[in-house]
Amino acid sequence: MSSAASGAGRPPPRTETVPLGAAATALAADAVLLGFVRALRSAGLDASAERLYAFLRAIDLLGPGKRADVYWAGRATLCGGHDDLERYERVFAAYFGTPGGSAPRRDQAAAPPRLGLATRAASTARRGPGGSEPPGPHTATLASSAEVLRHRDVAGLDAGERAQLHRLLAAFALQGQTRRSARRRPARRGDVDPRRTVRELLRRGGEPARLRRHTRVTQPRRIVLLVDVSGSMAPYADALLRFAHAAVRGGRTEVFTIGTRLTRVTRELAHRDPDLAMAALAQAVPDWRGGTRLGELLREFLIRWGQRGMARGAVVVLLSDGWERGDPELLGTQMRRLHTLAHQVIWANPRKARPGYAPLAAGMAAALPSVDAFVEGHSLAALERLASVVRGAASRATPVKGAERA
Amino acid sequence: MTDPEQVRARLEETGYLVDEGLAVTCFLALRLHRPLFCEGDAGVGKTALATALAEALGAPLIRLQCHEGIDASQALYDWDFPRQLLHLRAAEAAGVQDADRLESELYDRRFLIARPLLQALQTQPSVLLVDEIDRADDEFEAFLLELLSEYSVTIPELGTLRAQEPPVVVLTSNRTREVHDALKRRCLYHWFDHPSFARELAIVRRRLPQVPERLAEQVTALVQTLRGADLLKPPGVAETIDWAQALDALGASEVDAELAVTTLGSVLKYREDADRARGLDLAAVLAARGA
Repeated sequence: MSSAASGAGRPPPRTETVPLGAAATALAADAVLLGFVRALRSAGLDASAERLYAFLRAIDLLGPGKRADVYWAGRATLCGGHDDLERYERVFAAYFGTPGGSAPRRDQAAAPPRLGLATRAASTARRGPGGSEPPGPHTATLASSAEVLRHRDVAGLDAGERAQLHRLLAAFALQGQTRRSARRRPARRGDVDPRRTVRELLRRGGEPARLRRHTRVTQPRRIVLLVDVSGSMAPYADALLRFAHAAVRGGRTEVFTIGTRLTRVTRELAHRDPDLAMAALAQAVPDWRGGTRLGELLREFLIRWGQRGMARGAVVVLLSDGWERGDPELLGTQMRRLHTLAHQVIWANPRKARPGYAPLAAGMAAALPSVDAFVEGHSLAALERLASVVRGAASRATPVKGAERA
Repeated sequence: MTDPEQVRARLEETGYLVDEGLAVTCFLALRLHRPLFCEGDAGVGKTALATALAEALGAPLIRLQCHEGIDASQALYDWDFPRQLLHLRAAEAAGVQDADRLESELYDRRFLIARPLLQALQTQPSVLLVDEIDRADDEFEAFLLELLSEYSVTIPELGTLRAQEPPVVVLTSNRTREVHDALKRRCLYHWFDHPSFARELAIVRRRLPQVPERLAEQVTALVQTLRGADLLKPPGVAETIDWAQALDALGASEVDAELAVTTLGSVLKYREDADRARGLDLAAVLAARGA
């Protein structure tokens, strides 16, 4: 599409009223718009053909007039969420130039590099020439080594073991607890279902018929995973995120990373392929291996998402070592708030398995009173146990305090 | 309405002030027959937009409030079983012999209870508000997707009902859950921000013309300050209007720090937020607003 961009041989419109394609033919104007959409796509916006079509129709309707019209038409048709807006704005400014800006960029062809492709290539390259992926072992050895691997600390694995762990994690599923919903379904036992009974009577022309019954549907609870990606969690973050990836496939799971900022990554993890998902995630999360501000970020989570309903009645899992750089008091307060909102709060701490571990880190100590279950998170076995706690099986077997003892 | 400017003017007549972006988006929604997907904090005017659009178009507003477990029979249509049964009994008593006719009568239009979605398809023109779509579940989204792309419904006993003119559809979401991409793709997207001081003041003035200008100004300034104060639940425009209305009801023509604190309950709904607001120097804000 460099031709489209070089259709910008004419001066790029700078002011509010300069027509986009006054001099050019309609075709060239379309090409400019297409080029714009291309630039958006390479910046990571998911602008499908359908959206593009809507965009062109919108422009057609508005007439290729004002810059602001183009801006708003594109924003309404090409963006799908709040996260897209910032990117959209950036690309729009780069492509059409800033109004009244100092130096509108002339070489629009130099759109942002094609990040999507680059990372995909990188991820295959990592596997290809590096040859780190070992040839698949026999199934028998796989089974027994899997058993050993299950209990190993993730932090101490070599590359081969890690790859195997990833395969095991990929086959994993996280199911939430269930709750009663307002909906009912036909059942043998339960209350009489007047509608179906009457319908049945009608079908039989008013003759007596068996009573139809219905019962409440149970629905899985939403699961929210908050994964700590700060420096102190570096040995575990990858495994935990793969765990999260497996969990997202179950449907009602939301994943956030916390470090120095809060990032919602549910969408990135929606890729079926774990490696692609991890690559997308690596791009989306800006704060790998930084510090942790658990309290502040938890607060942000609660304000932006939690209290609006995401945490309400959900099972919320924090995967973190509880090293808090900020004020532990704040973390304590936010954990109390979270606890009043959520159905259950679970804290999985990879460091808990270390011999002699005591929750002395100030953050962890402040958070514990508001935690329903405190579990380990360092190995596959621990993650399996975490999954069973999330499912509600383990928490029923071992009451709240017991989880802490275990 | 032939251009965005006209849309803006018509909405303004109803007392709903829109900026350029929203005007363009609404115009496109009307002309392209695409649903309008509205996101933003609570109380920024998403639902009010649907009401205003309905008024501007002179069309009835049909509202569907979503909740978890909502299904087609609550949203689309249902058969009125008691009446069908009654009809059957009445026919029996009258000694009707023609069973076929009787049966076909049972699934007559008059026994059909139209729920909001069907009502919207049958009413021309109409504005359909699907409120808080993020509360419904995925299955319902998929169902809505089908309906919104065809603007038609198939009822097995009656056949396919198609809207002659598609209703104007406004969907709102509070972002408690990511709505499926497939649904969003069919919609135009608009993000609602909190308005600037001038715009918010204009909105308050428009909505509450009886409130003294000075009071409106002060209240708006206070709310804008509170919004910047890092609260659990920053107040929306709806709260600004509530507050101004409350103060007006108390007979105040202007507000001082003390009165502001006593009436904080109309704006802030968390104890922590109220504590925080009391810690702010409200008097200074009021003083800065040209005493």
